[in-house]
Amino acid sequence: MAAKDTGGQERASRQNEEVDEEVVEQSSDLKERQAKLSEDVEDVLDEIDEVLETDAESFVRSFVQKGGQ
Amino acid sequence: MSVRRVMGSETEYGISVPGHPNANAMLTSSQIVNAYATAMQRARRARWDFEEENPLRDARGFDLARELADTSQLTDEDSGLANVILTNGARLYVDHAHPEYSTPEVTNPRDAVIWDKAGELIMAEAARFAALVPGSLPINLYKNNTDNKGASYGSHENYLVSRSTPFADIVRHLTPFFVTRQVFAGSGRVGIGQDGRSHGFQISQRADFFEVEVGLETTLKRPIINTRDEPHADPEKHRRLHVIIGDANLAEISIFLKMGTTSLVLAMIEDRFIGADFTVDQPVRTLHEVSHDPTLKHLVKLRSGRKLTAVQLQMEYFEQARKYVEDRLGTDVDPVTQEVLDRWESVLTRLEADPMLLRRELDWVAKLELLEGYRTRDGMGWEDARLHLVDLQYSDVRPSKGLYQRLAARGRFDRLVSDEEIAAAVDLPPEDTRAYFRGRCLDKYADSVAAASWDSVIFDLPERESLQRIPTLDPLRGTRQHVEGLIDRCRTASDLVRELTGGN
Repeated sequence: MAAKDTGGQERASRQNEEVDEEVVEQSSDLKERQAKLSEDVEDVLDEIDEVLETDAESFVRSFVQKGGQ
Repeated sequence: MSVRRVMGSETEYGISVPGHPNANAMLTSSQIVNAYATAMQRARRARWDFEEENPLRDARGFDLARELADTSQLTDEDSGLANVILTNGARLYVDHAHPEYSTPEVTNPRDAVIWDKAGELIMAEAARFAALVPGSLPINLYKNNTDNKGASYGSHENYLVSRSTPFADIVRHLTPFFVTRQVFAGSGRVGIGQDGRSHGFQISQRADFFEVEVGLETTLKRPIINTRDEPHADPEKHRRLHVIIGDANLAEISIFLKMGTTSLVLAMIEDRFIGADFTVDQPVRTLHEVSHDPTLKHLVKLRSGRKLTAVQLQMEYFEQARKYVEDRLGTDVDPVTQEVLDRWESVLTRLEADPMLLRRELDWVAKLELLEGYRTRDGMGWEDARLHLVDLQYSDVRPSKGLYQRLAARGRFDRLVSDEEIAAAVDLPPEDTRAYFRGRCLDKYADSVAAASWDSVIFDLPERESLQRIPTLDPLRGTRQHVEGLIDRCRTASDLVRELTGGN
């Protein structure tokens, strides 16, 4: 299942923007959920947001391995 | 009688060129291995040249253009064959379509952690060196076991076991242990089924890829107990138990417990200490079911009719081990064995109470906490690509990108060994196995070593027409105690071989 698209970068930022808009719309729901998260974990997620590869979908799809032992 | 025995691990790393899913993995794996080999060779030449005070050679050794040409040439010609022995006694090579790091032989689980973690640094360095080659694309490496699309690649453990131990005993007592060991040795995975077709989280990366109970195969129809037996030691005395069921771990305590408890269970099997029969009904299916239940509530059914959770079954093994060590060693127990027992009990007790208490110690729990954090904060379902990305990127070997490494840098993991010990193990071999002799020879006589393997070092000497093979069949000889003085006083490989063979 090799992904054929290789120009994922531009689409990546567009997708991220769409996600961001959705998040804003759901903000009240979101606050409730966030209240359950410890501040500690929130900080960690913030840091990880910074280092996660862009365009998760394309990145994960294109991680194709040959079998090993 | 203890956790001490000759052991080691082999890890096939996931490899990808972002944006190029069809890149030839044999070729990129070779690039990784050759880049590291070339960089090390340059470092060694520099040292050797300094000693010889030969400016011409010095200049050649530092000739970057020539070195780079070597790299690509090797890659073209030796694709799939790249294979080097490192000064720490480890082997770095291409196996199937993955770069693989095999640790040098060590004698205890704490050292196993150190040299296994050194492999992560070596892979990260190798990728960095490979990226310096002009025209190359960046290559990412992952210490994981599946692409979630049906492919799995292994992280194996090896344990030297007494030849006199009946293999049937090993199968009988080790199978229930392996089916349930994942509760502390799992690395966690997003996706259920070999190709991840069902959504959800499971404890083990590897569990779904196991299909039979016992067998010789390692790449298809994978067995819980693998029967491969190349001891790389005296076959009259030893067998090498090749364990293929484990996950590649990043958390030090997961690695330590995985290898420490297995070694201790093997000791009990060798000593015929385990009286109880924990034979599991349908072990392959149970292996999957345990992995699919991160709440750890699934009941494992024994052939005796008894039902208990995976944690409780592990606790049974722990109780046996505690009695065994008390019976055989009493207060003479060595510190590493004691630490395995203490941590094993502590981890199981807390897993029983609330698995999330192990977030600072075990890979699968730390990963699950991150994933649940995302699910809570952003309302993601298990099918969400970002959760799959978190799973994958947890094992990225780059310090800036690997999520395990980011968590560790924030002090979110309990540690067993120091960064200094791991960094030293990138270059230096363990001191109490034959890896010491191998590593020192590679370091000091690099230009005279034609080849090396687990059980020999082969020298190409100017005054001899044939290659000189020094066998190292006993894993516990060639230690620092045995050969440090010898290697220190032998300036050249010729001196060394002359002393070892008693010739002139």
